[in-house]
Amino acid sequence: MRVPLSWLRDYVDIDLTIDEAAELLTNAGLEVESITRIGLPGAELEWDRERVVLGRVLRVEPHPDADRLVLATVDYGAAEPKTVVTGAPNLFPYLGRGDLSGEALYSPLAMEGATLYDGHKDGRVKAKLKGRPLRGIYNDAMLCSEKELGISDEHEGIILITHDELRMTNEESSPAPLLPRSPVPGTPLQDVLGDAVLEIAILPNTARATSILGVARELAALTGAEFRPPSYDVDDAAGVVMDGPPVDGRVVVTTENPDLNPRFVALIIEGVAQIPSPYWMQYRLRLAGQRPINVVVDVSNYVMLEVGQPNHTFDYDTLRRRADEYAPDGPIQINTRLPHPGETLTTLDGATHKLEPYTILVTDPAGNLSIGGIMGGLESEIRPETSNVLLEAAAWDFINIRRSATALDLHTEAAYRFSRGVHPSLALLGAQRAADLLRRLAGGTVARGIIDTYPNPPAPVVVDLDPVYARKLSGLDLTTQEMGEMLERLGFAVESHGDGLRVTAPDHRLDIEGPHDLVEEICRIYGYDRIPSTRLADTLPPQRGNPKLEREERVRDTLVRLGLQEVWSYRLTSAAREARLLPGSPGQLPSPDERPYVTLSNPPAPDRNVMRHTILASALEAAAANSRHAERIALFEIGDVYLAGEDELLPDELTRLAVVLTGRRDRGHWDDDGVATFDFLDLKGILDAFFEDLHLPVAYEATTHPTYRPGRAARLLVGNRQIGTMGELHPGVAKGFEVRVERGQAVLAADLDLEALLPLIPDHYRYTSLPAYPPVREDLALVVDATLPAAAVEAALRQSGGALLRDVVLFDVYEGRQLPPGKKSLAYHLTFQAPNRTLTDDDVSKQRGRLLKLLERELGAKLRE
Amino acid sequence: MLDELENQYKAASTALAAAEGREALEAWYRDTLGRKGNIYLLTRNLGALSAEERPAYGRRLNEVKAELEAAYGEKLALAEDEELRAQLAAGALDVTLPGRKPAEGRLHVITQTLRDLYRVFGDMGFQVYRTRDVETDEMNFELLNFPPHHPAREMQDSFYTTVEGVILRTHTSAGQIRAMREYYPEPIRVVLPGMCYRNEQVTARSEMQFTQLELLAVGENITFADLKGTLTEFARRMFGAERQTRFRASYFPFTEPSAEMDISCFLCGGAGCNICKYTGWLEILGCGMVHPTVLRNGGYDPLKYFGFAAGLGPERIAMLKYGIDDIRQFWANDLRFLEQF
Repeated sequence: MRVPLSWLRDYVDIDLTIDEAAELLTNAGLEVESITRIGLPGAELEWDRERVVLGRVLRVEPHPDADRLVLATVDYGAAEPKTVVTGAPNLFPYLGRGDLSGEALYSPLAMEGATLYDGHKDGRVKAKLKGRPLRGIYNDAMLCSEKELGISDEHEGIILITHDELRMTNEESSPAPLLPRSPVPGTPLQDVLGDAVLEIAILPNTARATSILGVARELAALTGAEFRPPSYDVDDAAGVVMDGPPVDGRVVVTTENPDLNPRFVALIIEGVAQIPSPYWMQYRLRLAGQRPINVVVDVSNYVMLEVGQPNHTFDYDTLRRRADEYAPDGPIQINTRLPHPGETLTTLDGATHKLEPYTILVTDPAGNLSIGGIMGGLESEIRPETSNVLLEAAAWDFINIRRSATALDLHTEAAYRFSRGVHPSLALLGAQRAADLLRRLAGGTVARGIIDTYPNPPAPVVVDLDPVYARKLSGLDLTTQEMGEMLERLGFAVESHGDGLRVTAPDHRLDIEGPHDLVEEICRIYGYDRIPSTRLADTLPPQRGNPKLEREERVRDTLVRLGLQEVWSYRLTSAAREARLLPGSPGQLPSPDERPYVTLSNPPAPDRNVMRHTILASALEAAAANSRHAERIALFEIGDVYLAGEDELLPDELTRLAVVLTGRRDRGHWDDDGVATFDFLDLKGILDAFFEDLHLPVAYEATTHPTYRPGRAARLLVGNRQIGTMGELHPGVAKGFEVRVERGQAVLAADLDLEALLPLIPDHYRYTSLPAYPPVREDLALVVDATLPAAAVEAALRQSGGALLRDVVLFDVYEGRQLPPGKKSLAYHLTFQAPNRTLTDDDVSKQRGRLLKLLERELGAKLRE
Repeated sequence: MLDELENQYKAASTALAAAEGREALEAWYRDTLGRKGNIYLLTRNLGALSAEERPAYGRRLNEVKAELEAAYGEKLALAEDEELRAQLAAGALDVTLPGRKPAEGRLHVITQTLRDLYRVFGDMGFQVYRTRDVETDEMNFELLNFPPHHPAREMQDSFYTTVEGVILRTHTSAGQIRAMREYYPEPIRVVLPGMCYRNEQVTARSEMQFTQLELLAVGENITFADLKGTLTEFARRMFGAERQTRFRASYFPFTEPSAEMDISCFLCGGAGCNICKYTGWLEILGCGMVHPTVLRNGGYDPLKYFGFAAGLGPERIAMLKYGIDDIRQFWANDLRFLEQF
């Protein structure tokens, strides 16, 4: 909502700087997003107070040597008027009219040295005004267009304000004229047209601020100044004069759906002249973001902006002509109703719309006329020859307008306001205000009487406010009386009721439901910034902690310590993206989980239409994205996957962990001998260390899995439970994910079920006391079948080593010519240690002998000679 | 005999004085005091001496040995020092050469930011409570006082799923009712972190996926002043002890009164810069007192219980703290971005 300050000042005195007023509004919930100054200090183009002044045109005479130029003699407050050469087309009608002092014609005059925008250049280019001869006549001043002054891009003619326009308003009734009653030529233009426009963000509960009057009322309440709304009274000296032929018998209005269209007010204004609206109205409309058209359209927009009541003007004669068909002797029959099946409507922008069954229409027996509250129809719109209008100001259900406007994709100013809520009481005020302005500005005659179809006026909202509740909620120690006064400033009616207050909300407040809403109003008026800041004194709740998160964070720390970078990915993906993990299934999309996907009905992109089933695909996408520039990729992601249930409404959200390694093992250094890249055992080592850190014994078992390279994949087991898979990625999978690898470079990946793993992590574990007696180290090389897993040999060693065998470390694996085919040698460092004595060579050799015997029996292992 | 001893002693002293370097010294020692050395061998003369001469000779021999040993030791130490000095001098490095960096890992910047938030709020008694990403419209909107087609829904464009009434949560406030129903009738102090989703154009300033952290306190004695106090303490711990806070009236369907909290810009100190758009203030969070309808939906009697809630954006906080200018970086997983935190 763009609010020109000058307009606001019609209804409230503002004894603050522009910035202070903006801050006050912002703090009270009407956020001023920007301030655009026009001509004032701080504006993009500040008008020089000496050189840009109000001029009064005294005479317009022909230029002796140029048909397209005229000489205007302008009074600008100096002893002698100034003669200005100008080509402004809107001065030509005054050519040769002699003395114009009876016309009272005003225009901004800029003099040599003033900085203006160049009217002939595109955009806004500043230029300093220089004196120069124009077709032989020296010229050192200029009458200005809006573009030259930075008001708008309008450069068709100069700004021309006639005093006649002022006579169309009167002293008692706003709008206040832009010019004082007796404007003094030479007044700095800043003091006449200087303005500031506040752009206010409208929240769903501040619909009341979508009007100048709404903002003025709010500002008055905040500053304590008086709010002076215009008078709407019928036949009041200051109000709407209705002296045309009565409306009765000419129009009848029915509303079929009062819930969707609670009120419909109609007036007839006849004999309007479609002339340009007065400059002050055009000026304000422009500042508020509307393009002036002619007085009939402009008044409608002006009333919408000022009062907040959107309204619509129909061509009365068109309605009458249609009535002549269906009721030659009867009145025009307006009816609001829902569309018939298949009904369409062509709006005044020429577009034909299919209508939703809930979209309410304004119709007559001959057909439809407009989409209620959203946009008028083409047939009954105001035409250049229109002089009689039927003015509609109605109330519509805000939710229905929002639905309809969204479905029709018609986001008009009217729909904007109606979809946020306009109280039905405004319909009458808006209609009267519009009729009054059309009478004054367009010379119309208002028919006597108002059609007002308003079957069920809503009861006023009454809320009881318990001051104890208000104090407990706000933390403010206010008296009941203070609270009442603050609410009254906002237009609430307040009376005592028991120990508290009975508060009646004003019509313009549609957001008041209960006492909490009143507390917010009290806080706003009191000032949020003045409310004290206190520390919580309420009982501390039981401290439950979050064991799952704590373990998850421990896992993160462990992985980071092992040299892995954490990543976070989009959780929206597509089945096709994930199917790349399972190559070799042409014609179908295998999913990493058989349960259905959570699928979006409005995906942001075709390849982001489901919630992920696997975190490994996320991590591989991250690796692929980095493979273009990173030499070393070692990353992990922890996050949820989403597995929909067949019968459950909501999916299972299960935490998973993926690790991906590829590229060089270290970070690279200038004196490296060569580049070593990650291989299977790097990943295995990281996982070994990871599980050791978590004190979770885990077993690896060779497996086949389409994601991994055959022979280089393992499943991980805790007890008998599989908690994940790991291995070297199948080259086809790496290629599918577009992970760029050098020749011979592997991509390693692990996919772990943290949901299952986290509860298995022990909360605590036993410390092993440090040995008091020295260890004895023995090396042992065993020859076994090449297919025998190393883990089996180690397990057998540990099992048969007895209590004295403290540690087993593999230090060499050999297969080759020195051994028979099908055999390999595994060499171990064995550490023997006793807790209570120093071992003798004899102890150790006995132990070793037994061990060898057992291994030979169990595994066919032989000591390598 | 004694003359011979004295001659040998003189010769040995002269030779020692002439010996330079550790090797020459050790050779001297071998030739002089070693088992085959000249002085050592003089011990043999003892046997040829009479019982009267022996003690004097022996005493003198021991004196000579001790003196030579001492002189040798001193000279050897000097030589070793010299040798070490030379050796170390030869091993000088260019200390400006790049070091060998270990391959370290890092936490994602959002994990780090969330942990900062957990810590600050944890110190005030707030515990982490997590709920789901895929939510019902009821939890995300209806029970939070957003009726269907309400204009407030326009503030949060949702992703809908093919299951009627199931959406991706648009805010972590969706967890409020779940927390209340689980905690009732206990008082509540929780933070609810999580991923949220909105159907928005992805640009440098807006994302369709983002994290939020919801703050929720419910109890019998919780006021709007407590909300201000708690969030001001948070702002000072998170952004610096000298931070000022500003509360402005705002609107959220699930809070009343509602507010936006701004903090004085920590980049310019409030003087005005391009980050705070020359206002001196940074918008940091939305907050308010839990709406009575929401309390009731959570099981708490709104005449007896009060509460406050706030919603923070970890990305926004990280962007302000580190000067990140493109929100899309958070999930792009570019190591060149992630490795900076």
